[in-house]
Amino acid sequence: MSAEAAAPDAATSDRAGWRDRITAEALIVLFAIPVIVVVGFASYAVYVQTSSTYADDVVVNNALGYGTIVAQTGEHLLLTFVAALLVVAIAVPLGVVLTRPRTRFLAPPVVGVANAGQAAPSVGLIVLAAIWFGFGFWTAVGALTVYAILPVLANTIVGLQGVDRTLVEAGRGLGMSSWSVLLRIELPLALPVIMTGVRTALVLLVGTATLATFIGAGGLGGTLQTGISLLRYPVIVWGAILVALLALLIEWLGRVLELVARPKGV
Amino acid sequence: MTVTDDPTSSSTSGSGSEISGAEIRLEEVTKTYPGQEVSAVKSLSLTIPAGEIVMFVGPSGCGKTTSLKMINRLIEPTSGTITIGGDDVRSRSADELRRTIGYVIQGGSLFPHMTVAKNIAIVPKMLGWDADRIRQRTDELLELVSLDPARYRDRYPRELSGGQQQRVGVARGLAADPPVILMDEPFGAVDPITRQRLQDELLSIQRELRKTIVCVTHDIDEAIKLGDRILILQEGAEVAQYDAPEAVLASPANDFVADFVGAGSSLKQLSLTRIAELDLSEVPTARVGEPTAEARARAQAAGHDHLIVLDDHDRPTAWPWLRQLKGETIHRGEEDLVNLDHRATLNDALDTMLTSSHGAAVVTGDRDRYLGVVWFDTVTSFMRQQQEALAEEGSGA
Ligand SMILES: Nc1ncnc2c1ncn2[C@@H]1O[C@H](COP(=O)(O)OP(=O)(O)O)[C@@H](O)[C@H]1O
Ligand SMILES: [Mg+2]
Repeated sequence: MSAEAAAPDAATSDRAGWRDRITAEALIVLFAIPVIVVVGFASYAVYVQTSSTYADDVVVNNALGYGTIVAQTGEHLLLTFVAALLVVAIAVPLGVVLTRPRTRFLAPPVVGVANAGQAAPSVGLIVLAAIWFGFGFWTAVGALTVYAILPVLANTIVGLQGVDRTLVEAGRGLGMSSWSVLLRIELPLALPVIMTGVRTALVLLVGTATLATFIGAGGLGGTLQTGISLLRYPVIVWGAILVALLALLIEWLGRVLELVARPKGV
Repeated sequence: MTVTDDPTSSSTSGSGSEISGAEIRLEEVTKTYPGQEVSAVKSLSLTIPAGEIVMFVGPSGCGKTTSLKMINRLIEPTSGTITIGGDDVRSRSADELRRTIGYVIQGGSLFPHMTVAKNIAIVPKMLGWDADRIRQRTDELLELVSLDPARYRDRYPRELSGGQQQRVGVARGLAADPPVILMDEPFGAVDPITRQRLQDELLSIQRELRKTIVCVTHDIDEAIKLGDRILILQEGAEVAQYDAPEAVLASPANDFVADFVGAGSSLKQLSLTRIAELDLSEVPTARVGEPTAEARARAQAAGHDHLIVLDDHDRPTAWPWLRQLKGETIHRGEEDLVNLDHRATLNDALDTMLTSSHGAAVVTGDRDRYLGVVWFDTVTSFMRQQQEALAEEGSGA
């Protein structure tokens, strides 16, 4: 950012569009993911339609039926998004606090704790949470939140630290309050980095939410569990594929968010 | 053609418009950074008269920036008092104070995620101006810093060249019409030709506005060119000399100043003499849109093989040879013409001429209006005269 501000005289004649901000590679990923996801879900639909005519295994039909899968996908997404919202609501303000001059010294210990949260095995974390707080949705959300704080926190800190200090000082020099500099200059400029953290967190969450079923909080993990405990290979395979597709979809959503959140001109 | 301004006037602020600046006084101002034994600024006392440009100059680390930032309280003094227009800067909150002081820093420091117009509108918005007034003011300021509002107001900083960014930075500093403007090495990040243009523009703006401008630089030539007064500082912001540029050049207060100002003071004289002091030559002109044949005939009748193209605002846009003229009507020309403000120094003039195919420079006045042309020979003969005058003085004494 600072390098650009101090760039030598090289007048850019063309107006910079969003095309400039995104590499060809990112563009391919952005278009390829929805295609893969649609094809994936379509094959699942085809399988469900055709398999029920020749396979009369009630377990398979139940576990992979539309009703079950739609409900579990809904639970899975709800877990993911509620946890993601909590993560953002906690990690971003925390990141802000940990980059202010007066409280900066707290950053290393707090990041250390967040690191520990992520380093702990996710199954362990979820089971431990269930032992302490009982089974259910909110326990799962709580455990997922702790698990996914780190990427957003770390990126908020790095993003804010990456904002050119002279811009902050220019803002103060013009008479903006420190609060206003934070809201109108620092956070918008740090947003791309923060959003990368949010995308990482989303991907972590959508994967880890598979474990929520162990403590009765639902999600697509249920199908996998059924498949494994009753040894039905189609159920295991389709369960895994559906989780992977959902993860891809969330990854895609994260990338779109990243792109949309990027301030113009940066 | 002779420029009408009084050529003997040494003040760069010129005369005419009214002073809108305010006096700044520093009394026994000291700044000791925490954990440091030596003060960065030690007991600095200084009066900066209203409506003048005062240049803070000195070696790196001597306390220029610290002194400057104490005026708008980006740095709080350890002790001492600073007043602006008689009011103690501590009588208001720091944020309120800063909204009444323009602040311009190196490279412009524009906010990259805001358009040019939004950058300029920051202070007026905080002061609660309505949208119409802000829009009007933004366009007015862009005109003032020689940027076409229609073309530039909605651009983002990265779509501008370094020089253009710096211009917007100056416009942002002027936005709410503050009486005092602080500048910290404002033109340090641009190439020499652009820097010279920006300096000329600043002088031209100041001629109109008559603000109190405090400007930090490490470049003695810039200080001599821009300053009504120069404050030469040494370690700990100790005042080595505080005087008009002419006086600093003619009689350095001590060895430090003499060293800092440097050898070759006759070369420095080039930085003291303004184009306005020379006789400008006339060259045929043509207006954008005028039939080419007429313009060509006029130039030939006057015995010239070139002409200067002016736009509707009398601003020179091109300086073609007659044989280069194409098309039915005169057009602006593709490349930007490097003009010379009549407040530019002979030093600048020589720089500009080196890049011109005519071995001369087009001189402009307020708001870039065309005044005439200065030829290389004019400058050299002027210098010869001055040398002779100096030599005579020397032998007479
Ligand atoms: N924030 C700061 N903390 C500690 N020391 C500083 C700080 N800013 C400047 N200094 C010191 O104060 C002295 C003057 O600095 P400065 O005013 O920036 O000088 P200049 O602008 O003339 O180069 C230098 O020795 C510098 O190291
Ligand atoms: Mg400095």
